[in-house]
Amino acid sequence: MQDFLLVLLSTALVNNVVLVKFLGLCPFMGVSRKTDAAIGMGLATTFVITVASAACWLVEALILEPLDLKFLRILSMILVIAAIVQFIETVMRKVTPDLHKALGIYLPLITTNCAVLGLPLMYIQGHLSLAMSTLSGFGASVGFTLVLVIFAGMRERLAQLSVPAAFAGTPIAFVSAGLLGLAFMGFAGLVHV
Amino acid sequence: MHMPVAGPHTHTLFTVSRTMLTVVAALTPATLFGLWEFGWPAIFLFLTTVVSAWVFEVACLKIADKPIRPFATDGSAILSGWLVAMTLPPYAPWWVGVIGSFIAIVIAKHLFGGLGQNLFNPAMVARAMLVVALPVQMTTWIAPVGLLEGPSFLHGLSITFLGSQEFDAVSSASTLSHIKSQISAGATMGEILPTLADLESRLLGFVPGSLGETSTVLLALGGLLLLVTRIITPTIPLAVLGTLVTLSAICSFLAPDRFAPPILHLTSGSTMLCAFFIATDYVTSPVTTAGKWVYGIGIGTLVFVIPLRRLPRGRGLCGALDELGHAPDRNLHPAADLRTVPHRQAACAAKPAKGAQK
Repeated sequence: MQDFLLVLLSTALVNNVVLVKFLGLCPFMGVSRKTDAAIGMGLATTFVITVASAACWLVEALILEPLDLKFLRILSMILVIAAIVQFIETVMRKVTPDLHKALGIYLPLITTNCAVLGLPLMYIQGHLSLAMSTLSGFGASVGFTLVLVIFAGMRERLAQLSVPAAFAGTPIAFVSAGLLGLAFMGFAGLVHV
Repeated sequence: MHMPVAGPHTHTLFTVSRTMLTVVAALTPATLFGLWEFGWPAIFLFLTTVVSAWVFEVACLKIADKPIRPFATDGSAILSGWLVAMTLPPYAPWWVGVIGSFIAIVIAKHLFGGLGQNLFNPAMVARAMLVVALPVQMTTWIAPVGLLEGPSFLHGLSITFLGSQEFDAVSSASTLSHIKSQISAGATMGEILPTLADLESRLLGFVPGSLGETSTVLLALGGLLLLVTRIITPTIPLAVLGTLVTLSAICSFLAPDRFAPPILHLTSGSTMLCAFFIATDYVTSPVTTAGKWVYGIGIGTLVFVIPLRRLPRGRGLCGALDELGHAPDRNLHPAADLRTVPHRQAACAAKPAKGAQK
């Protein structure tokens, strides 16, 4: 139980995928203008990363390793991820058409979100167990969602400020992201894993 | 200010400059005490930081083509510089103060559009960035010897402006960081407690620490002044201190050997400054009462949790104390505010007149 919590804390806060590992910056900047869209994106990505962490582990252990095909790792994982994303897109279009519309191009782009490919690869290289890599994937994507929602809240406030013209829009968002990363450094050392 | 506003016009005591002046007045006792106990280098550093903050403010106003006179005389830049100076180690070289002011005024305030627009508390952004960028300068502490026994005027000048290292630094700043390093070395709380400074000197502030953060009593008195003059409401300080006391009481009750009792947390350096002066910043704290509770409890939790685990690591960041912990919480606050939006909307729906407040 304690290990369980430590892994969650470590992956969600201390080694935050966006602010510490610098993965998944594209949706972090792209889908953080509105909090609602950010929550939707966060949940969709959480689902994809968690399932992908487990699926990629299985693909690696059951297919690639026995057949000595490790050089196909990246290729096969992109395939697995694309299938999961296609699945979630179909479900979303049917269940929540509004959210599907709000996410727009960013939904299929989850496929190319480097966090989705990067995290399972890292877990495989780190020789984690199936349970651990699924849990880490879940924790990391919860951290992704948290940061995305916080940042969306900040950007909704940013949109109301009279930021100097040279910094208006994306530049001040980058400055804020830097300060948010600075704040998350406060978590460094909270958990040693 | 000289901006056209639509009616109805009401007069209020709560102008920007009156608020800033009251906060400065509330900070003055603790600051004077800090300047007295750390002597000339602290005085030079303090003046450098405050003056440079004001110079950066004027420069930014000029570049942004804003009216200089009303903004430069409202006291907000002085207050930011003042708060930055209070969190600096007293013998830090002058450029640490100037860089701190630059971060606070230029990056954290004017890039975001100036007074009232900043997402983060400028002084704390400066503090956090300095701790990360200059771990050595930001963790060099000295014992409080008093103005007369400390370095002379000229020696003070050479410490602040020429980088003279001719003084006795002490290894740990706060009681808490001392406890953490002892515990990680295997000592129990019962063995450590007698080796600490006694309660009286911790309350009054005769301990090593940042320039203006040592005196718990004087900072709390300043906070009381803010409450009495109704510059701040009691919600946030209560939530911060209450959470800190509750968590530390539970932990020290369950594991008295490993956790410090609540009184140590309350008398540790920056706790009072955080609860009354930093956390209550108008611009960066939530508007609704429910939001204030969420925000205050969050800060209290982070203040308790972050030094707990981080300090024993012996990294350069160790001396960062509580402040860095305050920063994440400020970022969380848009989310905290959001979570209470339904309350606000409900209130607005019930009383349409109140909706105009936001």
